Amino acid sequence: MFETIRYNVENGVAWLYLNRPDKLNSFTAQMLREVKDAVKNASKDDEVRCIVITGEGRGFCAGQDLSEIEPNTDYGDMIRKHYAPVIKQIKACEKPIVAAVNGVAAGAGFSLALACDFRLLSEKASFVNAFVHIGLIPDSGNIYFLTQLVGQAKAAELAILGEKIPAGKAEELGLANRVIQAETFTDEVNEFASRLANMPTKAIGLIKRSLKAASTLSFEDYLEFEAQGQRTAALTVDHQEGINAFLEKRTPVFTGK
Amino acid sequence: MNRFEFIETSVTNGTGVIELNRPRQLNSLRRQMVTEIVQALEAFDRDEEVRVIVLAGKGRAFSAGADIDEMEKDDPIRLELLNQFAEWDKISLIKKPIIGAVQGFVFGGGFELALSCDILIAADGTEFSFPEVSLGVMPGAGGTQRLTKLVGRTKALEWLWTGERIPAVAAKEHGIINKIVAPELLMEETLKLAARIAKQPPLSVRLIKDSVNKAVDYPLYEGMQYERKNFYLLFASQDQKEGMNAFVEKRKPNFEGK
Repeated sequence: MFETIRYNVENGVAWLYLNRPDKLNSFTAQMLREVKDAVKNASKDDEVRCIVITGEGRGFCAGQDLSEIEPNTDYGDMIRKHYAPVIKQIKACEKPIVAAVNGVAAGAGFSLALACDFRLLSEKASFVNAFVHIGLIPDSGNIYFLTQLVGQAKAAELAILGEKIPAGKAEELGLANRVIQAETFTDEVNEFASRLANMPTKAIGLIKRSLKAASTLSFEDYLEFEAQGQRTAALTVDHQEGINAFLEKRTPVFTGK
Repeated sequence: MNRFEFIETSVTNGTGVIELNRPRQLNSLRRQMVTEIVQALEAFDRDEEVRVIVLAGKGRAFSAGADIDEMEKDDPIRLELLNQFAEWDKISLIKKPIIGAVQGFVFGGGFELALSCDILIAADGTEFSFPEVSLGVMPGAGGTQRLTKLVGRTKALEWLWTGERIPAVAAKEHGIINKIVAPELLMEETLKLAARIAKQPPLSVRLIKDSVNKAVDYPLYEGMQYERKNFYLLFASQDQKEGMNAFVEKRKPNFEGK
């Protein structure tokens, strides 16, 4: 059903491969739609407890496919119609989403990685906030996420200078959760995803909700939000399992319910 | 009292609950359904056991609007003779508090039904909208009036003209809803609030609603006079004596609604 991406679910993990390797997986309108649909499917699919977005071939995603741009393209509408919906879909997802950045992530490809909950970088990967080099501004939530991740000062540097950020530097800045050797990249991503897929999924979703709320609500409102979140978490089967396993001194088996 | 086709009703701890029950049609409103809602509201309004009424929708949407199939072929004369909105008018006559618990889509007639409630609690992620304009019509059950009174002319026109979806956060900012809660806890939180209001002296609750509603429609001076009469009236109640005695005696009052 997808042409520009590959999507499959295995052992609770939904794998989403950006699949235009000859174009460094650059975004077309179709690919954006397919990524959005795939994330939506994964969000609804009870079997899925973790989502991994990665790239086929040597790149992660090179951002917008510039050959798709026409002289009268309205970039504002392009964001509204094609980019914002993908980023919104990702942010609305209550399951953990991992960007497995296998190679270069430039422009909106960088933004895509930033929108995810975790960024695992291959040592060969890099981020490039390329927008400014063609006289544009970082989009798809890029600066919004950057200011949260690295603060105003560093965000300004990354957005304005647009220098290449090698994997090691990304880790230093807090943009990468881990940098992984190229040879073991696939295995470690697998392991990481599988670990997430066996955690209490509902609690992770509620934590994600709280993370979002923490940056928008007042402290008072947040505490009420948190109370509702904890009440909701406490009603899950996984919480009961966690308690039982603790009392019975065994490893809990979470089902995501 | 489950003699209804399109809704379900129940009473627990002084709260009468009405649930729209066409979840597969996203609780789209049929005329019969509105009649049933009004019948249930009126029954609860007279039921001494019920102090607060909760209106909710089963499934993932509160209500996606009117059932279009039912009105597609209508003409003005039939509509005049049918006088369907007279049912809606009766909702305004309900004296007990109505708390709406909404989630998912609250569109068109569903939005109008929500606006007919006194207080609204929305699940996080709820979206409100008046999409009537895109069908070549407009709201007909109070939408243009109630929304405007709540949010003012400027915002009301924008939303009614564009049919744009109003996210819960914006609805809260503009005073359309009272609070946003976790979707999983919508009923729980609503029933908690209902229980809290149900503990208050029913006659006070009733006359407060009556007076606040007048504030919306009356000029200030008239409203003040109206409020005063209701204030005096409460001094004829046992609950006023109980409330004030309990206060003086430093104990908890026991209100009986008399």
